[in-house]
Amino acid sequence: MEHALDITLTVNGTPVSRRVEARQHLVDFLREELGLTGSHVGCEHGVCGACTVRVDGEIVRGCLMLAVQANGCKVDTIEGLSDSKEVGELQRAFHERNSLQCGFCTPGMLMAARDLQLKNPAASREQIRAHLSGNYCRCTGYQAIVDAIEEVLHGKS
Amino acid sequence: MKAPAFAYVKPSTLDAVFELLERHGEGAKLLAGGQSLIPSLNMRLSAPELLIDITGLREYAGIHASVDSVRIGALTTHAEIERSAEIGKHLPLVARAVSHIAHPAIRNRGTLGGSLALADPAAEYPACAVALEATIVVSGRNGERRIKAEQFFKGLFETDLKPGEVVTAAEFPVAGRNDKSVFLELSRRRGDYAIIGLAAHNSRFVFFGAGTKPVLAGNAASKTSLQEARAALATDLDPPADLYNSSATKLHLAGVLLERAWNTLSTSH
Repeated sequence: MEHALDITLTVNGTPVSRRVEARQHLVDFLREELGLTGSHVGCEHGVCGACTVRVDGEIVRGCLMLAVQANGCKVDTIEGLSDSKEVGELQRAFHERNSLQCGFCTPGMLMAARDLQLKNPAASREQIRAHLSGNYCRCTGYQAIVDAIEEVLHGKS
Repeated sequence: MKAPAFAYVKPSTLDAVFELLERHGEGAKLLAGGQSLIPSLNMRLSAPELLIDITGLREYAGIHASVDSVRIGALTTHAEIERSAEIGKHLPLVARAVSHIAHPAIRNRGTLGGSLALADPAAEYPACAVALEATIVVSGRNGERRIKAEQFFKGLFETDLKPGEVVTAAEFPVAGRNDKSVFLELSRRRGDYAIIGLAAHNSRFVFFGAGTKPVLAGNAASKTSLQEARAALATDLDPPADLYNSSATKLHLAGVLLERAWNTLSTSH
C-alpha cells in the first residue's frame, strides 16, 4: 500500500503534478509545496475556517481534505481569486470598513463571502452571518465584516 | 497537529473495498467526506494504517424518491441533501435538520453515510433516522442487510455494522399529508455540536446529545398533557454532562425543546 502518491490537479488555473504523502492535507500542500501561503492554517481540525479554499467550485476546509483527494480537481485559493479580481470588490469593502485587524482570518472570510455572493446574492444580514458561521475572527467582533459583505451584496454604503 | 503516516487507496468497486477491509482488518478505516475522520487524524486520536477512500463509488451517492420512501445514497453530501427539492418535499424533518450540521464548507464534503456510520451521539441524522423509522442499508461480502435505525445505533460511536460491512444507503419513509415534524437544536454558536437537540415526528420524540445514542422519549410521548410529558422526560433521559452544561441543565433544556415541539405539533401548520 502506498504512503505517497502522484497527483495532478489544477491550482488557480495552472496544472500541477506532484508526489505527495497521503497524510498531507490540502492546505499544507498548497502552502508548503506550492508556496501559496494565503490560505492559513489555524486550528487544523475544521473549526476556524482560516484554511477555506474552493475545490471544483465549492468551498471546503483545506485542513479537512487530503491533498491526494484533490487529485483531478480544480482548486482555487485566495491568490487566484485576488489576482483575477474576483474578490476585488469585497477586498475594497473590507479595507474601507476596517473589516480586519490582524488579517489572519481574512482570506477564509473572503472565500466564504465570495461563495455567498455567488450562491445567494440577495442574502440578508442574518444569512450572511449564517454563511460565515464557520469562519472565526478574534479581532473585529464580526460587525464590520458583515457590514462590508452587506455593502457589496446590496450596494449599500 | 499533523496526521500520523498512513497508506491511502481509492478503489473503484465495492468488491475491492470488501477485499481491502478483509485483508487489513481493524488497521483500515473508510474515508468518505472525512469531516470527522480527518480532524481525528490531525489530532492523533486515530492512527489507522490504511485509509480506503470510498468517494470514487459514485453509484452510492444520490437521492431517489419512490411512492413511499426516499433512498439517500451513503455518499450523498449534506449540501446535496440541503439543496434537494425531493428532500424538502418528502422529508421535511431531514430538510430542517441539515442546516444545523456544521457550516457550509463542511456540508460540501460531509456525507450521510459517514454521519450514520460514525454514530456521534450529538449528530443530527441518527436522531432523524430513528424519529422517521428509517432503514439503514449496509453491504458486506455476504450481501446486503437492512437494519431499522433504532436497532442500528447501539451506543457511543457504536453501530450494528459488522467488520467488513459498509453503509450504502438509508431509506426514509415519505412523510404523509397529515404527518407533522419539528427539528430543534440548541448549541453555543451556530454550527457547533448540539448541547441538546430534538427530532420529532408525530409522537416520536427523539433527543440527541442526550445520551450515548439517539434517545426515543417513549414515556413523555405517552402523556396527554404537556405538563405530564415534561415530568416524564426525566424517566426517558439521563443526559451526560458536557464541559459547559450539567446533566440537570441538559434535562431542563430537553424539557424546553419538548415544550416548543409539543406546542408546534399540537397546532396545525
